[in-house]
Amino acid sequence: MSQSVSPNQINSILAPNPSLTQQSSIGSSALGNFVQETLALTKRLFIQLQRRPSTLVAGIIQPFMWLILFGALFSKAPQGLFGNDMNYAKFLAPGIIVFTAFSGALNAGLPVMFDREFGFLNRLLVAPLASRYSIVAASTVYIIVLSFVQTAVIIGASAFLGAGFPNAIGLSAIALIVFLIVLGVTALSLGLAFALPGHIELIAVIFVTNLPLLFASTALAPLNFMAGWLQVIASLNPLTYAIEPIRYLYLNGDWAVSSIVMSNPWANISFGGVILVLLGFDALVLLAIQPLLRRRFA
Amino acid sequence: MAVAVLIEHLQKNYGNVQAVKDISFTVKSGEIFGLLGPNGAGKTTTIRCLCTLAKPDRGKIQVGTVDAVADPKAARRRLGYVAQEVAIDKVLTGRELLGLQAALYHIPKNSIKERINQLIKALGIEDYADRQSGTYSGGIRKRLDLAAGLLHQPEVLVLDEPTVGLDIESRRLLWDFLLQLKAAGTSILITSHYLEEVDALADRLAIIDRGKVIAEGSPSELKDRVGGDRITLRIREFTLETEANQAKNLLTALPFVESAIINPSQGNSLNLIVKPEAKVLTQIEQSLSEVDLPAFSLAQSRPSLDDVYLAATGQTLMDAEIAAAGTRDVKKEKKQQMK
Repeated sequence: MSQSVSPNQINSILAPNPSLTQQSSIGSSALGNFVQETLALTKRLFIQLQRRPSTLVAGIIQPFMWLILFGALFSKAPQGLFGNDMNYAKFLAPGIIVFTAFSGALNAGLPVMFDREFGFLNRLLVAPLASRYSIVAASTVYIIVLSFVQTAVIIGASAFLGAGFPNAIGLSAIALIVFLIVLGVTALSLGLAFALPGHIELIAVIFVTNLPLLFASTALAPLNFMAGWLQVIASLNPLTYAIEPIRYLYLNGDWAVSSIVMSNPWANISFGGVILVLLGFDALVLLAIQPLLRRRFA
Repeated sequence: MAVAVLIEHLQKNYGNVQAVKDISFTVKSGEIFGLLGPNGAGKTTTIRCLCTLAKPDRGKIQVGTVDAVADPKAARRRLGYVAQEVAIDKVLTGRELLGLQAALYHIPKNSIKERINQLIKALGIEDYADRQSGTYSGGIRKRLDLAAGLLHQPEVLVLDEPTVGLDIESRRLLWDFLLQLKAAGTSILITSHYLEEVDALADRLAIIDRGKVIAEGSPSELKDRVGGDRITLRIREFTLETEANQAKNLLTALPFVESAIINPSQGNSLNLIVKPEAKVLTQIEQSLSEVDLPAFSLAQSRPSLDDVYLAATGQTLMDAEIAAAGTRDVKKEKKQQMK
């Protein structure tokens, strides 16, 4: 179309190149291809974030407001109500960390759903992807990075509000826990993004899941404050298994994998045990979404 | 000649709607093949099956020697797909979109930059490549989408209704570009409900109606098959009926004239269907001058693809278009395409 290109050049630019299209991935492994496409898809999400940062800004303002508002809500609670040595800011911080990560992960499916609706997903589906799971992997990487940024901000803000600061090992343990909860919830949301008919339905599911799971966890109040039936639900809620060990880390600089970090109505659970529960949750979700993804990715 | 795309007895249902009943055609290597038909005839569904976006219920699809149903990944590598509704991420610049596309097709990393520059140049979008694509006009979006479809140098380029909604200038540019692309050796499959588009571009075409192929061949073959050239004769600017009748009787007697009617709405001009022989016009002029009738205008034309469509279905493409528009549920179709 341009005058500046001679017909001969055009010819070589436009001519089909069977060596490029016919042989399966010359000189590069399937894994290399998977990494290439996953990185490119992740890059797209970060470019979007950079040019439209409002979700990230809101995602940082919101937990901030939770911290201040909930903190003020219980500021006159009797000393020692949440345990010895425990002010409410300290109690709240782990709840807000986990809840924020959870909310972000729960929304992970929305961009994919919009890609489906606008036809952009078709662009990905007609491409010879090494595996279509790269679409899932890219969203997961993106959400996890975002959650880490949010977590860092919340930890900083909580320290400022008087929650104190976990030590370095504690911080890496928090990172591990956030990673595990985000992985499972992101996978769940992506599974729904492929299974549900449209974004209205996905938003409805997010809506009915988000806050109820917050209140049915130990984010805002300890287990022994709750009615018996809610204790049971909170003890089945994966969020509780992320919140309680982080809370323990906030209180105890000294801990080991075998430290008992929480008690549910049935058992005392160690730090290692909690990690196993979260791993189990992830495994369960990943298994459950397999058929949904395979239906679309086959 | 080698086969670029082979589709045999394709069938695809969405729920209880038979989108494609029985479609077969072959695109030869290096040609432009047109799929012509009214909206809702099954063109897009056929394309979606070919591009591995939908699984056919029945039938065989081959891209080159690759079975697209059994080995979709190999088929995807050989196909470039330019969808009807251009889905580009508005937030990305053209160059960023091409970068993403390059990674999705696993173009070797060290040649990506150069390849993208070549295509930006070939499609003349240098001035737009570094702006966010949300700011593009329809014509520029289409060019970007074409660049994306050609990035991996596919053997077959598939375009679904490429000029719908484009201005005349952009359409012209696109046509020229597709002809260059063909000259470079790429096989092209294009769907359209514009007769003149398929007529101008396609080496061969299939006409599709209600999920079935009703005719396949080169445009001139198909036109020859409906038979005869069209001749419009005006004896005077406004011809008297008596003179028109005289001429009609005279001309129907000629061996090559198949039929003749008087068209009162055009000043009693004569519309003839004749065998496509040489020197038809001279012979008509001669017969007229023998009886001292003048010829104000005399024009010969081949039958159009619309005549072909009319002969096969009993209605013009335009009529089919209007009839189909009333019965389609666009929202529902969109939902199906998301599946």
